[in-house]
Amino acid sequence: MNGEAGTPAARGQAAGRRPRRDWGEAIITRLIQLSGYSAVVFVGLIFFFLVREGLPALIEVPLRDLFGTRWYPIEGYFGVVPLLTGSLVVTGGAMAIAVPFGIGTAMFISEIAPRWAREVLKPLVELLGGLPSVVLGFLGILILSPYLRQLLDLPTGLTALAGSLLLGGIALPTIVSIAEDALDAVPRSYRDAALALGATPWQTMWGVTLPAARSGVLTAVLLGMGRAIGETMAVMMVTGNAPVLAVRLASIVSPVRTMTATIAAEMGEVASGSPHYHALFFIGMLLFVISLLVNVIASAVVFRQRSRAERVLS
Amino acid sequence: MRTARSLVLISILLVGCTSAIAPPTPGPPDEYIENRGSDTLVNLALAWAELYQQEHPEVRISVSGGGSGVGITALLNGTVDIANASRQIKPEEAEQAQAHGIHPTEFVVARDAIAVIVHPDNPVGRLTLQQLSDIYSGRINNWSEVGGEDRPIVRLSRETNSGTHVYFLQVVVRLGQSDNHTLFSTDTLLLPSSEGIVNEVRQNPNAIGYDGLGYVPPDLKTIAVARGPGEVYVLPSAATVNDQTYPIARDLYMYTAGEPTGAVNAYLEWILGQEAQRVVGKLGFVPILRGAQP
Repeated sequence: MNGEAGTPAARGQAAGRRPRRDWGEAIITRLIQLSGYSAVVFVGLIFFFLVREGLPALIEVPLRDLFGTRWYPIEGYFGVVPLLTGSLVVTGGAMAIAVPFGIGTAMFISEIAPRWAREVLKPLVELLGGLPSVVLGFLGILILSPYLRQLLDLPTGLTALAGSLLLGGIALPTIVSIAEDALDAVPRSYRDAALALGATPWQTMWGVTLPAARSGVLTAVLLGMGRAIGETMAVMMVTGNAPVLAVRLASIVSPVRTMTATIAAEMGEVASGSPHYHALFFIGMLLFVISLLVNVIASAVVFRQRSRAERVLS
Repeated sequence: MRTARSLVLISILLVGCTSAIAPPTPGPPDEYIENRGSDTLVNLALAWAELYQQEHPEVRISVSGGGSGVGITALLNGTVDIANASRQIKPEEAEQAQAHGIHPTEFVVARDAIAVIVHPDNPVGRLTLQQLSDIYSGRINNWSEVGGEDRPIVRLSRETNSGTHVYFLQVVVRLGQSDNHTLFSTDTLLLPSSEGIVNEVRQNPNAIGYDGLGYVPPDLKTIAVARGPGEVYVLPSAATVNDQTYPIARDLYMYTAGEPTGAVNAYLEWILGQEAQRVVGKLGFVPILRGAQP
């Protein structure tokens, strides 16, 4: 901003000290480059650390036990499958709630709501995103889970469903905010063209605007999913943490134990270097690999769509 | 005027210094007490040490956990002055002590009792240890099997890293038998805090939970427990824990090498006194009632 709006005098000064400015620019370029690379380096280091602490679990715990169905670390049962299924059930449920609501809200804010409503709604949604998850967990344990138990006549309200509802709420602001930005970035001319061709506002939204913003919306969904699968505190408070193998349909209304809750609950007391400690890092490794996979798949999808779009256009 | 004021100031400072150096309250501590052992006791031992050091700045107490075995081993090796234990010294440890020429002296410093709690509307008010074991290991799944309503049982437990969890596993789920390898049923809800258990029991009539006696709020129903069928059902209270009729309770110990002397003796005397025993109640344990020991 400042550079473009510089007064003639300032510009002359800059021209007069050209070498020095280049020098400064070189430093800034390097710094930006460095911070770009540092992200890669940090991820690499984190992964290295996880692997170093987690891989010994493969040696200390026989594979059949590690992928067994019982998690009871104080007696040497280190089966991670119940935790894996628990995380998948809770996250899947959360996405089933957050994706339709999130994209719907984003479409409403970006396409339908009048300008003043939009200026109120967007900050409000982002405020919701700043709500500490512990607070949501409290609401979950005091209001949501007793209500769910009575409504669905369950033995207990501390279930995967309660976790999914909370996580849906936590992922929602992320999805709304990013998807709305993506929808907002679709050029006005696309909508005008669709409307001019006789499409209804709904057809325009569903058939033109949303597909045009596809990659941004997908990013929104993935970031929301990342938020959901990594969330710990709220989940630990409301899912009951019973390490049951969650493979039946009824599992959604039964207690489950997620990977994040397991690490959070047990890491504080574990003896460093014990099989239990390595097993916990192994779970961390699994979490890392899962989010890596989700990201790789997503960028592959986005990339394929983009290249196809480019082919069509050219 | 100014000189007068600064003189006063200096004299105040001097008085402050002399009182700091004077023998009644010396600045640097000259007595060290090493205290190690049971993780169950570690919070209590820390609370005691903190309070005691406030009153006796000449004594410095360092407290660490690690487990009852670790504490007793350290005592036998002479690296600690007081070992904390949530169990009595084992015969083989006593033999080792003899070999080292040490005669461990035992002090019961507090008691730990676990209350089993249910929703106030639950008609079930008494259970045997065997029934509790069957409930928690998943053999009994409906309240009607123990004389209650036709409702599913929701089992609540503390997380596996809690000392209360381990003690409950040994004494209740495994009935205190060392060759018994029964585990908690997998669908036992593992809640991270006492609060979590109390909250769920308060609003869910299906739930059964357990917690340290000192943490149980009065609005929940505590279960009277019998050691076996046909024996008396006992409600947990400070009195029944102290006369050892309540079955899910244990004594917590401190051991010293030989009769304690000097600062260690003074500290142990203080621990058995009223002020320290009030702390016991605050941390969820049961204070010792003097004279009630059998």
